[in-house]
Amino acid sequence: MASTTPIDSPPPTQAPPVATEKSTSTGRAGDKIFLALSRGSGILLLAIMASIAGFLAYRSAIAISADEGNFLTTFDWDPAGDPPVFGIAVLLFGTVVSSVIAMVIAVPIAVGIALFISHYAPRRLAAPLAYVVDLLAAVPSIIYGIWGALFLVPYLEGLNLWLDEFFAWTYLFEKTEVGVARSLFTVGILLAIMILPIVTSVSREVFLQVPRMNEEAALALGATRWEVIRMSVLPFGRSGVISASMLGLGRALGETMAVATVLSPSFVISFHLLNPGGGTFAQNIAAKFDEANELGRDALIASGLVLFILTLLVNGAARLIIARRKEYSGANA
Amino acid sequence: MKLQRKNGLRATALGALAVTGALVLTACGSDDNAASTGGNDGKTNAASDISCEGAKGKLLASGSSAQKNAMDLWVKNYMAACSGVEINYKSSSSGEGIVAFNQGTVGFAGSDSALKPEEVTESKKICKGGQGINLPMAGGPIAIGYNLSGVEDLNLDAATIAKIFNGKIKNWNDPAIEKLNEDVELPDKAIQAFHRSEDSGTTQNLGKYLGATAKSDWPYEAEKKWPAPGGQAASGSSGVAAQVKQVDGAIGYFELSYATSQSIPTVRIDTGASAPVEATSENASKAIAAAQVKGAGKDLALELDYATKADGAYPIVLVTYEVVCDTGNKPETLDTVKSFLTYTASDAGQKVLTDAGYAPIPAEINAKVRETVAGLK
Repeated sequence: MASTTPIDSPPPTQAPPVATEKSTSTGRAGDKIFLALSRGSGILLLAIMASIAGFLAYRSAIAISADEGNFLTTFDWDPAGDPPVFGIAVLLFGTVVSSVIAMVIAVPIAVGIALFISHYAPRRLAAPLAYVVDLLAAVPSIIYGIWGALFLVPYLEGLNLWLDEFFAWTYLFEKTEVGVARSLFTVGILLAIMILPIVTSVSREVFLQVPRMNEEAALALGATRWEVIRMSVLPFGRSGVISASMLGLGRALGETMAVATVLSPSFVISFHLLNPGGGTFAQNIAAKFDEANELGRDALIASGLVLFILTLLVNGAARLIIARRKEYSGANA
Repeated sequence: MKLQRKNGLRATALGALAVTGALVLTACGSDDNAASTGGNDGKTNAASDISCEGAKGKLLASGSSAQKNAMDLWVKNYMAACSGVEINYKSSSSGEGIVAFNQGTVGFAGSDSALKPEEVTESKKICKGGQGINLPMAGGPIAIGYNLSGVEDLNLDAATIAKIFNGKIKNWNDPAIEKLNEDVELPDKAIQAFHRSEDSGTTQNLGKYLGATAKSDWPYEAEKKWPAPGGQAASGSSGVAAQVKQVDGAIGYFELSYATSQSIPTVRIDTGASAPVEATSENASKAIAAAQVKGAGKDLALELDYATKADGAYPIVLVTYEVVCDTGNKPETLDTVKSFLTYTASDAGQKVLTDAGYAPIPAEINAKVRETVAGLK
């Protein structure tokens, strides 16, 4: 389990490899073909990744060399202007902040749902509940966007007022500008709902794989159900939950339509999360691509490259964490 | 037993899906209706005025999205009359259209602003022996729509509009607004100003108006990108209109058709005329009628008089052009371009505009357009 990469599909519930008098008897031809096919697939993936990276890098280089502002620190996006000026600071900020909000909300809830389904719920309830959670993943993101814009935004205004009234001292929840809740905070909530199913279902699968023996051993020592979960389920599932969270984070970072529908885009950075405004990479690309000129498209591609790198870093960090924690989840040795 | 339960579950899920699906479909359906009301009106237009002489094959064009609705109707009527001709207008943006025109990939371009001098120079490469010219083909009022419960009538002037959109006036009961609306009870409510999030000819034309009439309150260049601080953004005229419709205390700007189709009240503009002017197609035509042709030779680029004080002339207008070569159009599309633009400038073609929320080009200028189109080479 511990070796599951964040990009991998949910942890396999595989049976131990059936070894295999049959396969040896098919002879060398079959072996070779299969080897060639699987190796080819691996190489193909690498080739695709390399060509995407190459394309992004090439077009980005064109854009960045034409940029008269600082690509990393400019708070503006005007590649059609004279001189062209654009920078990703606001987009990077918005992408990271909205995704972090989404993770803070979604991961605890998802782990809770997963534990409920795997360890608390009566079987009769567990299956439909798991099914409904999976169903959430089937809703197209534009529908989340429309729902967010038409339902969530107006109904969050009350919550915003409340947060502003009682938590303004946190600075984060101080609302300094008028406007409906088309803010990074709302986007974060929407993203949380969108990543809930993937985090839940991966975590659930991991929790279900906790060896029966470990749990029963804990029970035999007189542990309560909560103690069983704390002592055997959570340590075993930790790396799986991290993988699941990273999958969710990947989706949150790249989410386009839902964000574009809900957010009021603007090129300012503000830690007042309730103020309308901000932007994310994907949202900005979706919003600007139609009207962009040649340089504008390259500029958008350059911002796409930054998102690409950001995602790579996040996935790398996740793998590091998982590798470090390998020992703790020794149960699956 | 187990099997049955599973089936039951699946049936419930399917049922839920069906209900959700139906909801989504109805939502899409009603949307469509609203968008196409303009289209149905235009269809009644008789196709008999269209002369297809010499027109053949495929004609590509691209440019302004502000004239998209008009172009859709024109193309539909024209293609219904002239079989064998296919006109494809790609609605992107004025800038894109001009770039495509100067690369020679389109027969004509649609643009909300006249060619800049450097664009004219560039066009000489494509127009052998001539240059690119602007033909004003449709006008339209840009409405300032608002949503303020209890307020049915609202008058504003250029300076107040400028201050509202750059955040200097923050409240609906600001003395500056009260002064212009003495009979109206204005609520103590924050103003939420909405603008376009993407580059837009509508933004640019509003900027031109505010820059011409309220320079001290609106010191920005008239660009396609929203220049002022503050406010909230939404994508497309439809997006701005949707926000204004939804949010109490909101104000925004969009083409008049979006206001009429969603019944959003619009601001009357206090221009200094005897009475504040309402945003209607006719009133916009009156303002465009005062425009002067500033282009030289066959170029018919217009200079609008934004500061007009004529009675009933609505000053926030946009004129959208077709860009063609005066001489040196590509031989394979020349006849089609001529035939098509002859139709759009004809009485029948201009009549379509009013139904779609645009304003026809005043007769005097239109006559020059027809003459120029007939002389295209």
